[in-house]
Amino acid sequence: MKYMLLIFAGTDVTEPECTFEDWRVWDEKLDDAGIKVSGESLADLVTATTVQVRKGAKTVTDGPFAETRELLGGFVVIDVPNLDVALEWAASCPGSHDGGAVEVRPVADLG
Amino acid sequence: MIEQIYREERGRLLAALVHRFGDLDLAEEVCADAVEAALTTWPRDGVPTKPGAWLMTTARRKAVDRLRRDQTYAARLAVLAAEGERHEPAPELDEGLPDERLRLFFTCAHPALAAEDRTALTLRCLAGLETPEVARAFLVPTATMAQRIVRAKRKIREARIPFRVPGPDELPERIPGVLQVVYLVFTAGYADDRVDLAEEAIRLGRILHRLLGNREVAGLLGLMLLTHARTGTVPLEEQDRTRWDADLVAEGTALAEAALTGGPPGPYGVQAAIAALHAEAPSVEETDWPQIVALYEVLHRLSPTPVVALNRAAALAMRDGPEAGLAALPADAELTGYPLLPATRGDLLERLGRTEEAVACFEEALRLAQTDAERSRLRNRLDRIGQNTKLTE
Repeated sequence: MKYMLLIFAGTDVTEPECTFEDWRVWDEKLDDAGIKVSGESLADLVTATTVQVRKGAKTVTDGPFAETRELLGGFVVIDVPNLDVALEWAASCPGSHDGGAVEVRPVADLG
Repeated sequence: MIEQIYREERGRLLAALVHRFGDLDLAEEVCADAVEAALTTWPRDGVPTKPGAWLMTTARRKAVDRLRRDQTYAARLAVLAAEGERHEPAPELDEGLPDERLRLFFTCAHPALAAEDRTALTLRCLAGLETPEVARAFLVPTATMAQRIVRAKRKIREARIPFRVPGPDELPERIPGVLQVVYLVFTAGYADDRVDLAEEAIRLGRILHRLLGNREVAGLLGLMLLTHARTGTVPLEEQDRTRWDADLVAEGTALAEAALTGGPPGPYGVQAAIAALHAEAPSVEETDWPQIVALYEVLHRLSPTPVVALNRAAALAMRDGPEAGLAALPADAELTGYPLLPATRGDLLERLGRTEEAVACFEEALRLAQTDAERSRLRNRLDRIGQNTKLTE
């Protein structure tokens, strides 16, 4: 079953415990396990733009949609047997450390 | 007789079916079908020598029927089979029903489920309560409870929460969730004098203790037995200790000791030890209050909640006097709407002779009380103060 791991970075972290190397290692483990379906790191938040259409009127604003302190920095789609396995990957992801969070969403089966 | 077998076997049957088919909805339906068949044929043909095996065979036959008729189920199960979920062989019927309840316990108490949904599902699946009964236990409308159960089952199905016992490295973080659910059932039973609910929790606790050799499980069971051993829900100082159930006290105390042996203490073990100290004391005055205060210090470190602080303050009052207790009470802001806070304050004030203030506190507690049992206790207290005041006038 496919799950999307949405990686939200914490913004006010003074002493991060995870490094670039930790990310590289985690990414490598995903590849070795053969479970990665897709994934991207997103470009810096300053490059984000949000579009909303309400009653036919379009609004375009600078910045991300969510006004939260944790901001979407990237995602990975993995194919694993059940939620517990997906949660383990989320816990080992550096994104869930250092004030961040990883949201685990099953990919809808519309077929 | 059939009623009794039904209660014993239903949780085990459901768990075995969930394990066999990997689908909670299908398992519940065929479980109900099998039980219905039993209730029809057993009075007529007699109870089979292996009721569990009979139920399982019947349930599996019903499942095959359903899978033939209902494409949704068949499709779901096909997907699961394709993903290699069910690679374990089906349980042997001749040996009776294997006990898959532990898997079901951990699934119903999974952290991915909403907190209130976990308790609802556990009562439904493991205690075999019908939805209206579960609703009554938590003082919510049946429709609300039905919604919680539907939501929980949907989450399990669509997010694919697996039916498994966590591995050894996961158990330390998962066991507290299961224990909390069982304890919530127990306290819900006691809050409203629903003895049957409290006994259901104890039954679940016993199953857990048998299947899972863990010190905190022993602690929880000990705590429940020691609490249950007392005569009803009147306050400690009003109880007739000669009528406490000696067997339950002995069993509970042994479990409390086991919970605190061989490792750092957990919150249920400590609470069980406190309950054991109360149980071995011949009276309130002769209770080992210094030891109890010390245990509350440990408990507060493990579980720094306002309720624990409140209980610690009450114990402090017994060791050092009501003034010490009053000083240690948590702030009102921390426990808004919790009747035991003003009730405890009222009790301490009464002991200090500050009767008018005490009455105000008990009246506030009465306003906040949520059950008839609590309300009548508080009214009795106020009546007694009223009578005492008259006597001294």
